[in-house]
Amino acid sequence: MEFVAYDWWTQFVRWGHIISGIMWIGHLWYFNFTQTPTMPKIPTELRPAIVRFILPEALFWFRWGAMFTLGFGLILAYMNGYLVDAIKIGIGDNNHKFTAIGIGMWLGTIMWFNVWFIIMPNQNKVMGVTSATPDEVNAARRIAGLASRVNTMLSIPMLYGMVFSAHFY
Amino acid sequence: MEKLLNSLPGTIIAGFVLTIVEILVIHAIH
Repeated sequence: MEFVAYDWWTQFVRWGHIISGIMWIGHLWYFNFTQTPTMPKIPTELRPAIVRFILPEALFWFRWGAMFTLGFGLILAYMNGYLVDAIKIGIGDNNHKFTAIGIGMWLGTIMWFNVWFIIMPNQNKVMGVTSATPDEVNAARRIAGLASRVNTMLSIPMLYGMVFSAHFY
Repeated sequence: MEKLLNSLPGTIIAGFVLTIVEILVIHAIH
């Protein structure tokens, strides 16, 4: 039966990877292209609406988007049989595709680590989820903002590795 | 580096520069 074929499940996992990835990078770019540059222009009395209501919701979809993107991506690479070749970035394989997808995977994994272990713990201090002194909140805001910008920067070569490995190399 | 990342255009330009480096690495390995 067509629906239990291995290729069908590979396509299903790829679909999940792409949808989760758009959820993740869409929110990353919302933070960096829209929210952060606009915050200084918002009247002080209105800013809590962003920090207390929009930010926690956006961060929820952001961090779980990252988790599912990584999970679906690793399963997809395994199902396609190139997980190890990609981790080795194609060294010794004479295949551009493994190098491109491998670099994309490493960059995506660094970005996932940034989300869960640098951005979220610091954002939790900014939002008051974890207790912190005003100085610690200011430091946390700076670190979370920088890590988010690093991820925005890395998203560009990451997407090159992901997309061009499938459509160019 | 922090000054570069605090600028959105700087961040985007750095991303494209890294992409060029990535392309060079892909072709250097093969």
